[in-house]
Amino acid sequence: MSNQEVAILGVGMHEWGKWEDGNFVAYGVKACRDALQDAGVAWKDIQMVSGAATMRCGYPGYVAGATFANALGWQGARVNTSYAACASGSQALSAARSAIAAGECEVALVVGSDKTPKGFLAPQKGDRPDDPDWQRFRLIGATNPAFFAFYARRRMDLYGATEEDFARVKVKNAKNGLHNPKARYRKEFSMESVLGSAMVCDPLRLFEICATSDGAAAIVVSSLDYAKKVGKADAPRIAAISTVTPDYPCATVEMPDIATDSSASVTVPALEFKSSVPHAAYEEAGIGPEDLSLAEVYDLSSALELDWYENLGLCGQGEAEKLLRSGDTEIGGRIPVNPSGGLACFGEAVPAQALAQVCELTWHLRGEAGARQVEGAKVGITANQGLFGHGSSVIVKK
Amino acid sequence: MSDKPKVPAVEGWFTMDEASPHLIGSQCSKCKSYYFPKQSLFCRNPECDSEEFDEVELSNRGKIWSYTNNCYKPPAPYIQVTDPFEPFALAGVQLEKEGMIILGMLSDGVTVEDVKVGQEAELVLGTLFEDDECEKLVWKWKPIAG
Repeated sequence: MSNQEVAILGVGMHEWGKWEDGNFVAYGVKACRDALQDAGVAWKDIQMVSGAATMRCGYPGYVAGATFANALGWQGARVNTSYAACASGSQALSAARSAIAAGECEVALVVGSDKTPKGFLAPQKGDRPDDPDWQRFRLIGATNPAFFAFYARRRMDLYGATEEDFARVKVKNAKNGLHNPKARYRKEFSMESVLGSAMVCDPLRLFEICATSDGAAAIVVSSLDYAKKVGKADAPRIAAISTVTPDYPCATVEMPDIATDSSASVTVPALEFKSSVPHAAYEEAGIGPEDLSLAEVYDLSSALELDWYENLGLCGQGEAEKLLRSGDTEIGGRIPVNPSGGLACFGEAVPAQALAQVCELTWHLRGEAGARQVEGAKVGITANQGLFGHGSSVIVKK
Repeated sequence: MSDKPKVPAVEGWFTMDEASPHLIGSQCSKCKSYYFPKQSLFCRNPECDSEEFDEVELSNRGKIWSYTNNCYKPPAPYIQVTDPFEPFALAGVQLEKEGMIILGMLSDGVTVEDVKVGQEAELVLGTLFEDDECEKLVWKWKPIAG
């Protein structure tokens, strides 16, 4: 599949956190202004605003692209808003890339921002037996952490993963996030403290399950010609954006469903969904896992990071624990994973998270990641998965 | 045990035969793919455009795909049954004939210590909650020892 590369001229993030006051528009504006300043592009020169929607902040959230265009000051730019659960940011980025590739514009601002409620992400109110979300909470009590725990438990029973392995992922990510000024949690965790935290859904403990956060991220992207014109010919480039959907039949129980598809008459595809997302990105970029310098993955739970090692092809099926224990996924190792600190240190701010992953890759590729810098980083990949067949993977290269 | 009449917590999803209950799914009359919950509008197999389905009772035995528990009370619409809340276990069970995994609570008293991935389990009916008039039943998975 051919594609047209776009340049990342600038990135910006509002710090992740949880605040009583404050508002997602203000967080997003801060991220936009930082990205514009980083890019050296004036707001009035932006020709498209592509926003990732949030479902938790009322109508302004549903039309996030226009909300930010309005907040920064209407100046006639074309607008787009994308919603794709955890992949919203990548879809907004993809829309901007397509518009640039189609010649509709040369430079675009992509932004995602959120303010999330405390505690479990709860379903909508009311009796709705046709809604998979109602079904799973009412009839089974299958919370989000319960799904993460199913996957974790399979690793233990099939591949010999231990509770220590899961804790080790958290300890690693916490250590990385310590040096990230944008992270919400900047605190070192010992194995003892993780393993001593309350069990939420066996085998996952409180400190191994990601929180929900407020936060915002923004990216300025442009055509390569435009990048040259503004003196940024060397800017990191987006080599691939995968937002593929699953292939039928899906053989893994995915949130929020209470049952899988049936494989009674159709063979299960060779690649499960979480592997097909980065696989499509590799194909588009013409590279493979052996070319990566670093990866940012969606560690909704500490154990889920281990699944991603395999889905990304960093190791074979059932070998993630070995890869983790070898230290290869730590900063300084062969293929550092989540040098930002991951969701373990950020908590999830849904529409901003996929963009935050791209911001992190950009800083590493520019050699600007400070104490958490992956030395000599040339190619990075992001991966995430959300509800209802959404997932995304972005490859950024020098 | 209450003397209240027993009714399904959700209508038409399982048979009320307490000795040998079955989940009620549907099967595409053209490509023979199974669905649970029932599908009656369109087949989701991309090679199939059928809109005809037969209601079928699904296998009531399978192998445990995975399992966990809830140590904290899930949010509504989950209904708390004991005060204080008591943890309960849940599992996904793989049905061989249908080629699908179906989630459910584990039967009363079963904990995560009692089960393993790959272990056999059978479908039973158990109490989900009680209201003023009735005891609401739901399907649960009961591990078979050995």
